[in-house]
Amino acid sequence: MLDYLASLAVFAGIYALLGLGLNLVWGLGGMVNLGLAGFFAIGAYASALSALHLHFPLVAASFFAMLLAAAAGALLAVVTARLKGDYLAIVTLGFAEVIQLIAGNEIWLTNGTDGLSAIPAPGRGTLSPLAFDLSSAGIVWLVLAAIAAAFGRLSAAPYGRVLRAIREDEMVARIAGKNVLSFKIGAFSASAAVMGLAGSLYAAYDGYVAPDSFDVLVTLLVVLALTAGGVGRMQGALVGAVLVVVLTEGTRFFGGLLPGLSALQVASLRQGVIGLFLLLLLRVKPDGLLPERIRVHPLDDEGETTR
Amino acid sequence: MPEPPLLSVRALTRSFYGVRALAGADFDVASGTITALIGPNGAGKTTAFQCLSGVVPPEGGRVLFAGRDITSWPPERISRAGLVRTFQIARGIPRLSVLENLLLYAKAQPGETMWSALIGGCRATARRARDRALAIARRLDLIGVANQPAGALSGGQKKLLEIGRALMAEPKLVLLDEPIAGVNPTLAERIAAHLESLRAEGITFLVIEHHMDIIARLCDPVIVMAEGRTLRTGSFSEIAADEAVQLAYLGMPA
Repeated sequence: MLDYLASLAVFAGIYALLGLGLNLVWGLGGMVNLGLAGFFAIGAYASALSALHLHFPLVAASFFAMLLAAAAGALLAVVTARLKGDYLAIVTLGFAEVIQLIAGNEIWLTNGTDGLSAIPAPGRGTLSPLAFDLSSAGIVWLVLAAIAAAFGRLSAAPYGRVLRAIREDEMVARIAGKNVLSFKIGAFSASAAVMGLAGSLYAAYDGYVAPDSFDVLVTLLVVLALTAGGVGRMQGALVGAVLVVVLTEGTRFFGGLLPGLSALQVASLRQGVIGLFLLLLLRVKPDGLLPERIRVHPLDDEGETTR
Repeated sequence: MPEPPLLSVRALTRSFYGVRALAGADFDVASGTITALIGPNGAGKTTAFQCLSGVVPPEGGRVLFAGRDITSWPPERISRAGLVRTFQIARGIPRLSVLENLLLYAKAQPGETMWSALIGGCRATARRARDRALAIARRLDLIGVANQPAGALSGGQKKLLEIGRALMAEPKLVLLDEPIAGVNPTLAERIAAHLESLRAEGITFLVIEHHMDIIARLCDPVIVMAEGRTLRTGSFSEIAADEAVQLAYLGMPA
């Protein structure tokens, strides 16, 4: 049971990283980046390949993954600079599909649909399975804490203010003297880097990556997590990710409660229950569990700026 | 030798879907004035603002500002050079507070790069910007709503915030697009008084407005546009007495 919980913690942490990445670009910057699974895949493959062929340790492999994902993010930001809303969503979704297709077909590099296996990770083989799960959960949540702190700072700084302005009215941000394109490229690549980092940790923990792991469902779940948690607030991404993992895994035990249903029926029912829960949540809390707050400044001249 | 004008517009042209919104507008704005830009609907006033602020690039002509040719510069560069516009329909960032809206327009904030936002520091600049924003909020009577989201402001307060944001950018010239349209007479008087005192502090204004009584009191000179061109320039009384201007407004001799 404990190692099951530990592995849930790893997945929740990875979803939370993806949620943070999405929150920077979508929650603050207003750019609907559904290319999430693509950056996740780039990170996972970059990390797995560099670990397998170049014997990079996890830290180096993760940096490589972040670098590659950030470069892809910058490229996508330049290409889509003039797109907004639905159009941006479609193009970024297409980007993720292209990455998945490449992963499935460039067999010389990715081993195609068979995937890459035996990816090394710190502690695998030397630690007991339980200790490995626990130490992996520790690593993932440490990384998550660092990224959450960094993104929290970005969000509270003038940088976050400019991104919010771009989200609401790009032309006003330009009249305010901000170079909107460079902000977009920066936010896109930083968020892609974090998604790539999530991919690297996923590859190392799972030990196996295949194109199936990066289908549109990942994107969907992270979008749901962020919507439920609260778009525009970094804690929202964390809460939402934990919620979605608890929901998807918690409903796994429904089968035992409902005798007389086939496994297929239970699986469908699970999806339905998850959907219903999120619908109800957003009916009651339309801005998510932790909505974005207006920043309050002290109005006296001496006071320090606080949250 | 007279001082060259702060802003010179020469033969500015711009069409939309074959309609010539600007058909060669020429005018100057002298430093230290509140210059009015008036004319009937469709005269090209707003299009002129769009071209001057870089929101819409002009198709022909030149814009000289403070000795530099700024024709077709992107809007962020024009703002940073000291020519800042406001919007006719107030466009405050609704989910940022009034103070954050002001701070958005502050120049050269180190915390706006990702790196310095992460590292921190630069508190002195941040504090200077905040003090400036507070001073502007006080001056424009927005201090009471400083921490309210801009989306919750009344129409008049939104107009004041438009002016405040432009001031935050330390402008030489502010383009005001209907700063008093739709506000009550008392507030209109107060806005007029604000503009007068800001002018005394050295800020130049170019104002699109339809309230003739305020223009008469506040603005000198007055530029009249009609059909995409500059029709007349002069003091308000000269303009008001001009037959061509009356013809443009009323479509027949008065």
